Amino acid sequence: MSGFVSITSRSVALPIANIDTDQIIPARYLTTTTRAGLGQHAFQDWRWRADGSPNPDFALNRPENAGAGILIAGDNFGCGSSREHAPWALLDAGIRAVISTAIADIFRSNALKNGLLALVVSPAEHASLLERAGETLSIDLRTQRVERTGAAPIAFAINAFARQCLLDGVDELGYLRARTDAIARFEGARA
Amino acid sequence: MTATTLFEKLWQAHLVDSDGEDLPAVIYIDLHLVHEVTSPQAFSVLRERGLRVRQPKRTLATLDHSTPTTPPRADGSRDYLDAATEAQVDALIRNCADFGITLHGYDSPDRGIVHVMAPELGATQPGMTIVCGDSHTSTHGAFGALAFGIGSTEVGHVLATQCLLQHKPKTMAVNVRGRLPAGVSAKDLTLHVAGQVGVSGGTGHVIEFRGDAIRALTMEERMTLCNMSIEMGARAGLIAPDGTTVEWLRGRRFVPQADAFDAAAARWLAFRTDDGATFDQCIDIDATSVKPTVTWGTDPGKVVAIDAALPPQTGANARAFDYMKLQPQGPIAGARVDVVFVGSCTNSRINDLREAAAILRGRRVAAHVRMLVVPGSERIKREAEAEGLDRIFRAAGAEWREPGCSMCLGMNGDIAAPGDLVVSTSNRNFEGRQGKGVRTVLASPATAAASAVAGVVADPRAYQQEIAA
Repeated sequence: MSGFVSITSRSVALPIANIDTDQIIPARYLTTTTRAGLGQHAFQDWRWRADGSPNPDFALNRPENAGAGILIAGDNFGCGSSREHAPWALLDAGIRAVISTAIADIFRSNALKNGLLALVVSPAEHASLLERAGETLSIDLRTQRVERTGAAPIAFAINAFARQCLLDGVDELGYLRARTDAIARFEGARA
Repeated sequence: MTATTLFEKLWQAHLVDSDGEDLPAVIYIDLHLVHEVTSPQAFSVLRERGLRVRQPKRTLATLDHSTPTTPPRADGSRDYLDAATEAQVDALIRNCADFGITLHGYDSPDRGIVHVMAPELGATQPGMTIVCGDSHTSTHGAFGALAFGIGSTEVGHVLATQCLLQHKPKTMAVNVRGRLPAGVSAKDLTLHVAGQVGVSGGTGHVIEFRGDAIRALTMEERMTLCNMSIEMGARAGLIAPDGTTVEWLRGRRFVPQADAFDAAAARWLAFRTDDGATFDQCIDIDATSVKPTVTWGTDPGKVVAIDAALPPQTGANARAFDYMKLQPQGPIAGARVDVVFVGSCTNSRINDLREAAAILRGRRVAAHVRMLVVPGSERIKREAEAEGLDRIFRAAGAEWREPGCSMCLGMNGDIAAPGDLVVSTSNRNFEGRQGKGVRTVLASPATAAASAVAGVVADPRAYQQEIAA
């Protein structure tokens, strides 16, 4: 993964609580053996009608939201399954960041490993982001701020290691493999 | 020495390396369970980088999610949903052969849902760290193992290094006091606890279930409870090992045998929370007031006692009422049922099948209801058939299937029709989980069986009393 610094994009609101991984990508699309091409099924059952046509009421289908890459989602986003297909599908659908008041543990871990920002803000900040949905946001990972035009910026916390990995393009598997001696010592001590 | 929690002991026992506060710890993984859905991309990474599996003997694979639950045809071929599901199964068979991993595939008498078959083999043991690319890995916490679900990238990390980078979670104690009333099962308790903790109450935490009500549970019942820790947002659920744990494991294939077993048991029993240890959060639950409980909404925290009224409509639950087509403040009992599913890593074990069969014996599934009974493993299937449970299910008009995840998530094509109401012993009632537009009511095996007979969501206690009379 290349170094990640900032995202500037339109925000789109999906103010539903507990959006689970089955909504992000239903299990019937997990039959792939690759990571590619899942974007067409992101939010499948909300986004597409039974006849395959787009559901015009779904936020991501509205013309004004075309290209919006920052999702302002309801509380506890990404709850449920450990399927990494969820962040793969969102990224493939053009979503680069999700902002909520809470994000489920496994989803957040999977998201950050793939360069999808999963950010938690306060309820008041969240309400402000929802109110101004459709605004252009700039999320800067170096300053840890969401910059807005005509509204106060929002500072966000992010795990320092995850942040550094994103900024420097650190490969976590490489980081772990560099510990091979310590792992071997641990195994030796227990044998 | 300071008093420490069970979680802390498990964490410390697997700490390979730690670089300080802000950096993740390197945690050693004792057992890595693998299935066909979340592993292919991880094996691809190993191939791309020319890596091998560091500890094939600590890696155990099975086929469960994509597999048909109909028997193989005479020529040995199987009725896969489509070419993709078959290709996924074939990929795991090939990956296990290439990387030297034991696969409990179709030819194994031990094949089953990953969270059912690993404990059966004694591969799951107290004091271990266990991971799998599956969120219901929390099931194994019933044995006092730190067990949690991971994504496919992390599956690759464990395959290559037998370790994970982890930030230390917080701890939560759920203290369950008193005895469950007669006719109330571990699933009812589990749903009740999910309702109390809420679907995100456990986020960032490992839950330890404690108290005399927990000690009274069998291992199967403990697995049902820990299985749904993830539905409370928790990374993992834990129950300290005790005599029940030790006796359940004795003689199983992968545990030490003879004198070595007693030595292992003594080590296992040390994995407990010391008196006076503190948790970041505590919740108290009174088991004596739990009733048969079901979900009514579209997340596992929206629960109701079977004889109680649904909550009033609010802004927060309007969407769930709309999807479920249920009346605010109306009853859940009496809602018309289309399909009943008994199975999944939550409730497909032999005790679950007995609980359902006890209600179905001598009765018929209502004419408009389709009922599937899917044992959790080949072993359970054999055991149930030896007891004649399959004949009870078939005589009642239910379908008796081959082991697998089946209708819990419907990946293999076992789904219901749009609009159907499914009473299901599984763990998730998310929109569309069991098929697009399908409405799921999570319940115990007894409630599922009673609802199958009644043709509507039904209180199992009436049926159990009839048996007792």
